[in-house]
Amino acid sequence: MSDTSGMPSMTSPPPREQPAEIDNPAYAEIVAALEAAVPGAVEKFDHYRGELTLHVGRDDILDVCRLLRDDEAMRFETLSGVSGVDYPVEERRLHAVYHLLSMTHLRRIRLEVAVTVEDPHIPSVVDIYPTADWHERETWDFFGIVFDGHPGLTRIEMPDDWEGHPQRKDYPLGGVPVEYKGAQIPPPDQRRSFA
Amino acid sequence: MTETVYNVSGGDWDDEIAERGFNEERIVLNMGPQHPSTHGVLRMVLELEGETVTANRVVVGYLHTGIEKNLEYRNWTQGVTYVTRMDYLSNFFNESVYCLGVEKLLGIEVPPRATVMRVMLMELERIASHLVWLATTGLELGAISVMLYGWRERELILDIKELITGLRMNNAYIRPGGLASDMPVGAEEKVREFLREMPKRLREYENLLSGSPIWQARTQGIGYLDVDSCIALGVTGPILRSAGMAWDIRKAEPYCGYETYEFDVPTTDTCDVWGRYLLRLAEIRESLRIVEQAVDRLEPGPVMVEDKKIAWPAQLALGPDGLGNSLDYIRKIMGTSMEALIHHFKLVTEGFRVPPGQVYVPIESPRGELAAHIVSDGGSRPYRVHMRDPSFVNLQAVPALTEGGLIADVIAAVASVDPVMGGVDR
Repeated sequence: MSDTSGMPSMTSPPPREQPAEIDNPAYAEIVAALEAAVPGAVEKFDHYRGELTLHVGRDDILDVCRLLRDDEAMRFETLSGVSGVDYPVEERRLHAVYHLLSMTHLRRIRLEVAVTVEDPHIPSVVDIYPTADWHERETWDFFGIVFDGHPGLTRIEMPDDWEGHPQRKDYPLGGVPVEYKGAQIPPPDQRRSFA
Repeated sequence: MTETVYNVSGGDWDDEIAERGFNEERIVLNMGPQHPSTHGVLRMVLELEGETVTANRVVVGYLHTGIEKNLEYRNWTQGVTYVTRMDYLSNFFNESVYCLGVEKLLGIEVPPRATVMRVMLMELERIASHLVWLATTGLELGAISVMLYGWRERELILDIKELITGLRMNNAYIRPGGLASDMPVGAEEKVREFLREMPKRLREYENLLSGSPIWQARTQGIGYLDVDSCIALGVTGPILRSAGMAWDIRKAEPYCGYETYEFDVPTTDTCDVWGRYLLRLAEIRESLRIVEQAVDRLEPGPVMVEDKKIAWPAQLALGPDGLGNSLDYIRKIMGTSMEALIHHFKLVTEGFRVPPGQVYVPIESPRGELAAHIVSDGGSRPYRVHMRDPSFVNLQAVPALTEGGLIADVIAAVASVDPVMGGVDR
């Protein structure tokens, strides 16, 4: 924990490193099984606060999902959701994050697929998990990730003719300054940031 | 392959069918987004043949307010004020799931009294939410008296919420690390009073509705969705349980100490609106049981973590203006302790920092799996917060629930999903 009493540094720490090993045997087995079935699919993994994150290449995402859903030892029969995260410091800055749930084994894991802004294409998992339909539309809407093979990839929250993808970090929040008792208060995204 | 693009922007119907050579019987009907029976601003584009729905396309987004984006520009504590406004019928659930996520990232555990109070408030909220469901569904199916009763009983819960948190809705009461303040004297008795009163009222609803041939005809066999479809579509909550699967995150992956409470997970196997009605009434009964156990467990103690780097340095006391910082405390930080004043100032303006990483925390809201995916970059603001709202996911099932049925049943089927558009659009 850094201090909150003095002036903290204004830079964010680097992304988390891959841990040496996973201290949860069930998770370690999942990673091993994936390595065996789809070699090279797991680019990186993270085990943090008891949750497993697998970074998967976009070419392997369909194979990985199919295996995770159908394999008896896995049985991740439900996709809880797809959300996006934008990390501008990385080259492949747009991440699609899939939260999988195995009701059979009472386990959850997370898959992460990273793509660049110039080539933001990821195969759609709607054929494997029909529930991904709206989630992928939302991720397209907010982050501009194109899910190839989606049955109707249109905006879902923003108006159809909206320009830009609002949840990207370089998309401004917007807002106007507010005057209060003679002083000007800038809009939230222009106020002093403590990072 | 040439594709025909259908848009829903309207136009002259004669022109439309002249171009496309539609069957004369086929009508495209736009329902909502301002239709009184679509639970808020939900829009459905129905394709009808006579009275039969052949296709139903659900359009959402009319209540999008950019809450997730806004969160990235406020500190972690302020975030509660935003998330509580997402699903406006389950304020405490939104607050709890967000706070549980932040606490998981921080690696802290909240005091037992705070956890018990969270459980109590969440279960009261679940009752209130199911009552609103009963009220609105009754209204939509023409049972106006049920609407009045549902709102009346919900008012009792809102009074309790007001007494405890100061606000009827959008409470921002549950905070990372615990609660904003302890509950006032007399609140416990008020909850007990409600617990005594409510079972009687529940029986009244059942007497009014369950035996009514009209109610049965409007709900039985309507909005059919079996287990396979539920899981494929990610549907959780009462719809999944009405298909016979006893999936409840309070039991499956307990949080807030739910494993120590005694309650059942009611299920039905009818897969229809009728089953979901029975289920929600049964769930109200189970929630009453949990609330009762929670009230019995309330022990005096702190409701906020001790860590001075996270807990706001407030000592609330009843002042002439109702609730505020105690004058002694103000005197101390203003008069004798410069460090305490600085600390107070920094913690409120800048907020605490959260270690970098990401978590996904699910809880069982009245509508199903409500989860927060929270990413921190180590700063004093959330890097990204995504709420997996059950209404959003469950609404995807509406075409499956309604296509092939009659248009009148669309209303019952959508009502049984219990979507809250504030949560869907965020």
